Amino acid sequence: MHAVSIITGVAMPLARSNVDTDQIIPAVFLKRVTKTGFEDALFYGWRQDPDFVLNAPEFVGAKVLVAGPDFGTGSSREHAVWALRDYGFQAVLSSRFGDIFRGNSGKQGLLAAELTEADIEKVWAVIDAEPGRDISVDLTTKTVSIGDLTLPFEIDDYTRWRLLEGLDDIGLTLRSEAQITEFESRRHSWRPKTLPVK
Amino acid sequence: MSEPRGRTLAEKVWDDHLVVKGEDGTPDLLYIDLHLVHEVTSPQAFDGLRVAGRPVRRPDLTIATEDHNTPTLAINRPIADLTSRTQIDTLRTNAKEFGIRLHSLGDVEQGIVHVVGPQLGLTMPGITVVCGDSHTSTHGAFGAMAFGIGTSEVEHVLATQTLPLKPFKTMAITVEGTLRPGVTAKDIILAVIAKIGTGGGQGYVLEYRGSAIRALSMEGRMTICNMSIEAGARAGMVAPDQITFDYLEGRPHAPAGDDWVEALEYWKTLETDDTAVFDAEVFLNADELEPFVTWGTNPGQGVSLSENVPDPSLIVDANDRATAERALEYMALTANTPMKEIAVDAVFMGSCTNSRIEDLRAFASVIKGQKKAENVRVMVVPGSARVRIEAEAEGIDKIVEAFGAEWRFAGCSMCLGMNPDQLAPGERCASTSNRNFEGRQGKGGRTHLVSPLVAAATAIRGTLSSPWDLEQGEPGGELAAGELSAGELAAAGSATTSKAV
Repeated sequence: MHAVSIITGVAMPLARSNVDTDQIIPAVFLKRVTKTGFEDALFYGWRQDPDFVLNAPEFVGAKVLVAGPDFGTGSSREHAVWALRDYGFQAVLSSRFGDIFRGNSGKQGLLAAELTEADIEKVWAVIDAEPGRDISVDLTTKTVSIGDLTLPFEIDDYTRWRLLEGLDDIGLTLRSEAQITEFESRRHSWRPKTLPVK
Repeated sequence: MSEPRGRTLAEKVWDDHLVVKGEDGTPDLLYIDLHLVHEVTSPQAFDGLRVAGRPVRRPDLTIATEDHNTPTLAINRPIADLTSRTQIDTLRTNAKEFGIRLHSLGDVEQGIVHVVGPQLGLTMPGITVVCGDSHTSTHGAFGAMAFGIGTSEVEHVLATQTLPLKPFKTMAITVEGTLRPGVTAKDIILAVIAKIGTGGGQGYVLEYRGSAIRALSMEGRMTICNMSIEAGARAGMVAPDQITFDYLEGRPHAPAGDDWVEALEYWKTLETDDTAVFDAEVFLNADELEPFVTWGTNPGQGVSLSENVPDPSLIVDANDRATAERALEYMALTANTPMKEIAVDAVFMGSCTNSRIEDLRAFASVIKGQKKAENVRVMVVPGSARVRIEAEAEGIDKIVEAFGAEWRFAGCSMCLGMNPDQLAPGERCASTSNRNFEGRQGKGGRTHLVSPLVAAATAIRGTLSSPWDLEQGEPGGELAAGELSAGELAAAGSATTSKAV
């Protein structure tokens, strides 16, 4: 997982509340066997509408999604985070996130930044005035900057630390690699081994 | 210092696998001895490794089989369903790329992952076993700590051979007494789940104890531990004893020579200490147990076969009442109907719950020389290619075919209908599998969970039945009269051990 500190890129507004993970990625895409390549599945239902914001030329290559409250509720599917990440989003701003989605985001290196609903609306207003402009999300100072605005956001300390260090669950465990190796050196010879084949 | 307190079996196994003890609410880091892999829950885990550029830490503690999607007919032909074929092909590619041992369709060691592990002697007492499959609890029958994990955790174990986990609570399920002929391990576990409910085991590792458990063969113990998850528990365990050691000795991957002696010494320490305290305890009397069947759409909705379909209006709890009403509607059953009057369209003999050689022997002992009921489709699916070969050496395939049933190749099959083995909408099935959820065996299919003996008697009579219901003179009918030969009785009962070749 890449370390995250400052994300700068196009901000895309998604002025809807309660965007559940079924909307982020429908169940039909869960049959796939990969963990990547879900960019075409993101908001699959909504993007069939040519007027959907994802299809607007100003927001091509957007890196930061500025969403309404209760983003990522519903099904636990990790695919929702994969789809956002594969599309190119590195951060999602909202006033409230679904718990499982928020947890999944932290594990996959997607920054879920919590702003107040009033601040989200201020960001939307700046984007409306000039669609396609850049936003900067600074994890070191926990602030969002766009135009003349600088706004604070919340993220729990543990997730922030992991993102800054670029540690996913596996990365975290591998910090204990010396202990794992030491444990393995004490493992009894009679414990099971699948190889060589007997 | 607190007062000296002994440890449970589960606590002993846990402690012996601690790599890092968690502090301040962080989880423990637990070492994993054996990682079983199959085609459905592993693709994204391997892809995750690939994205991060990580290798599999211990290919030598990892083994893969193809089971969930595999066809049980014409296994030499390409798999017709595209999704299934893709998952199988992906597993083959991943196994090759990451150096994992894989038993593919057609291989003599292919089969349901939870049948293959024990059969190879890889599952042994005191180890930790994980697999991206909730029925991993099966392996707890050996006194192992075995539980299902999600795909992210599969990736985690592949990369680190460890898992961050918070300790489970412990629950003792004590079953005392002697099972009557015709009553088996499956009836015990169905009765346990009906008693504690599908959520009763949540957060616990269950330890099955008592004289009735001690009398069970390894196959019977596996059946019981297998369905721990249906009681909501991640894991179920039975302390190892001579029956366990006899089952293991001589298997391909079981310890040998000095290793065997050393292992045995350790395994004998794995009993729960007399001074240990369980967080919860449940008791069941085996003497009174009858063949048990489910009537509803979760495994806790079960009754003795001699009882009637429950009347939801008598259920006090409003939620339970509504659940029961919905279940009866889905199952197309009327309250107060005798269970034995329920006619079935299909009988499924198989799954990781009941597809081992002893299960097939029990089934065959009842149907031998009989004809299946007309209009009932009967499918017998061995748990592994090895079990199939062993059964054929004993002539079980001939008994099955003469009965009018289908003798299939190994796999998960109709337990979850990921392959073409499915019920048609509205079809009713007596199934030796583990889940009677809506649509589990095929969209609109209706499942009654039963033991192999009940499956066999039901296949003969066409209505839910046990060997007790068969006429005198029929082989199964003799079970009730106690006139069965010692060998047949042993095969049909629950107190034998058997060893795959």
